[in-house]
Amino acid sequence: MKIKVFVMPKRNVLDPQGVAVGHALESLGLSGLRASRVGKVVELDVDGPDTPQFRAQLDKLCLDLLSNPVIEDYHYEIGGA
Amino acid sequence: MNIAVLQFPGSNCDQDAFHLFGSGLKLPTRFVWHKDTRLGEADLVVLPGGFAYGDYLRCGAIARFSPVMGAVREYAQRGGLVLGICNGFQILCEAGLLPGALIRNSSLEFRCMTCELKVEDAGPAFNPGVLGPRIRLPIGHGEGNFRIDEAGRGKLVANRQVLLRYVDNPNGSLDDIAGVRSEAGNVFGMMPHPDRAFERYHPSCDGLAVARAILAARFPGLIRKIA
Repeated sequence: MKIKVFVMPKRNVLDPQGVAVGHALESLGLSGLRASRVGKVVELDVDGPDTPQFRAQLDKLCLDLLSNPVIEDYHYEIGGA
Repeated sequence: MNIAVLQFPGSNCDQDAFHLFGSGLKLPTRFVWHKDTRLGEADLVVLPGGFAYGDYLRCGAIARFSPVMGAVREYAQRGGLVLGICNGFQILCEAGLLPGALIRNSSLEFRCMTCELKVEDAGPAFNPGVLGPRIRLPIGHGEGNFRIDEAGRGKLVANRQVLLRYVDNPNGSLDDIAGVRSEAGNVFGMMPHPDRAFERYHPSCDGLAVARAILAARFPGLIRKIA
């Protein structure tokens, strides 16, 4: 089972990397840029079925380790072979 | 008096912290390896600066799950004194032992300099009367930009949990916050390095007074003895 966990800085938290990347994109000619934010993708490949118990465990791992809920939000996609 | 300095893989200020307490204050000081599950008898546990576990994922994110951190959590919950310096502060925030989080400096630069800091009134042992209104301590970090939500920000002020504020903010920290303590008053964290400010060849010797003030939070009688 392939899982992609997306971790992004919260909307209301300053994202210095996103701001810097936005400036660089504009300097390369991108116009009309409204926002640019930088996060992380964590790819997992796990043996076993996608059950509510597994999702509960995954949520806990996302909250405890993969994201810091003070400054980040996460979501994940499960699927693919 | 017994000071325990933790060592994580990637700690690089463990020797500095050891010498602050061992040579600077001449207190019995020892190292505790991150794989130890017990702290032994300790009157203060220090989490030193560095890049524990390479700071992979987020600063402090992996270190907080080190075997020794279970013992640190229990020790802190019993009221034991804990000090996190720089990376140690980041680890304590990740572990939830201190409020808030540290993100990338707003400049995106690693900042290495001596900072002037305003001392806040954070209790009977840590205040401008004890330390003076301003002190100078070195910083060296890329992720010292303190963040906390509005509710947490209000609690920090209401409970007098802010220890130090930058006079000239080097990293974008909310409200210029450089260090905080826990609500109960036994867990301390700061980005500036008292462990790099106690020898004559250091840019300042204010680290000694900061170390004493933290010990005095639990051992008020001790302060005159080691002053």
